[in-house]
Amino acid sequence: MKNPLKMKSWPPYVVGAAIGILSWFTFLSAGNALGITTAFETTAAICEQQLLPDAAEANPLFAKKPPKIDWGWMLVVGVFAGAWISSKLSGDRQAETVPTLWADRFGSSVTTRFVAAFGGGLLMMLGARLAGGCTSGHGISGSLQLAVSSWMFVAVAFSVGILTANLFFRRKSQSHV
Amino acid sequence: MFDPIWKLALGLVSGIVFGFLLQKGRVAKYEVIVGQFIGRDFTVVKIMVTAVVVGAIGIYALLPSGAVSLHIKPALWSGIAIGGTLFGIGMTVLGYCPGTGVVACGEGRKDAYVGLIGMFVGAAVYVYFYSNFSAIAGAWGDGGKLTLPSSTGTSPWLWIIPLAAVASILAWVGRRREKVLN
Repeated sequence: MKNPLKMKSWPPYVVGAAIGILSWFTFLSAGNALGITTAFETTAAICEQQLLPDAAEANPLFAKKPPKIDWGWMLVVGVFAGAWISSKLSGDRQAETVPTLWADRFGSSVTTRFVAAFGGGLLMMLGARLAGGCTSGHGISGSLQLAVSSWMFVAVAFSVGILTANLFFRRKSQSHV
Repeated sequence: MFDPIWKLALGLVSGIVFGFLLQKGRVAKYEVIVGQFIGRDFTVVKIMVTAVVVGAIGIYALLPSGAVSLHIKPALWSGIAIGGTLFGIGMTVLGYCPGTGVVACGEGRKDAYVGLIGMFVGAAVYVYFYSNFSAIAGAWGDGGKLTLPSSTGTSPWLWIIPLAAVASILAWVGRRREKVLN
């Protein structure tokens, strides 16, 4: 049998179950739930503190949540490292600039794709911070704790995602059939 | 400014495992994330639902012993409605969510790096205008740290057991359908 670490993919149910068990571990070991976007807020807050100390002084965020390099910040560093290790082991490296599905619909312009990726990332992060979490913090960690906020977030974000994706791709995907 | 070193190390190790799993799960791919939204690929839902069911069983089984405590995010109604909407649009355009965006960078995807810069700028805008954004998030009130069992006065298992049952049936139906299609 092939070394599982060198495989390009694992069955989704195996990956999901392992993520569930990983959350037992994070709750037990550090008293924390998996989440990604707080670390971005922390980094931005530290930058504001350093670059715009006057604005930071007047900003109530710093009294409420003094930014620090914490467990969640290192988690994001780890996610990058873990993905890098996994893709190196399996050879699943992607130097792709424009995903195929995107290129089919919006053309293969790198500029268009980069502008969209930038704008999409910006909107997504604003949304995550307004809602208090993302697909990990709400979608997995919050849902598994049966949090009302998280189930509501998943319902709204996925409904809007389905609507947006169908607006973008529906006609195109039908014409292929 | 810093968590103690053991906690930082635990975060790093947990993150490496999380990133490794997401990469093996193939969810850091535009076609897989957007494919879920257009009903072509069910990888995202399979992973998320399995993680939620397995995670919920463990956390709620450990809860009475006091070994774990819950970390519930407040029900800021307008924050979730508006934030969820922006998130859904942004995630579809970018094609990765925040976690899988970081994974996609680890895989070497250049558009994900640009998305990551966008995410950072988004966080900076949020931090700079924090007062305004927190007013928007709280505009319709704060329901507090509600859970489905706490808000209905029911046992958590009344939610977890049916959820596990529905997930198992969906997985079984999904497998049969995939077999027929292949």
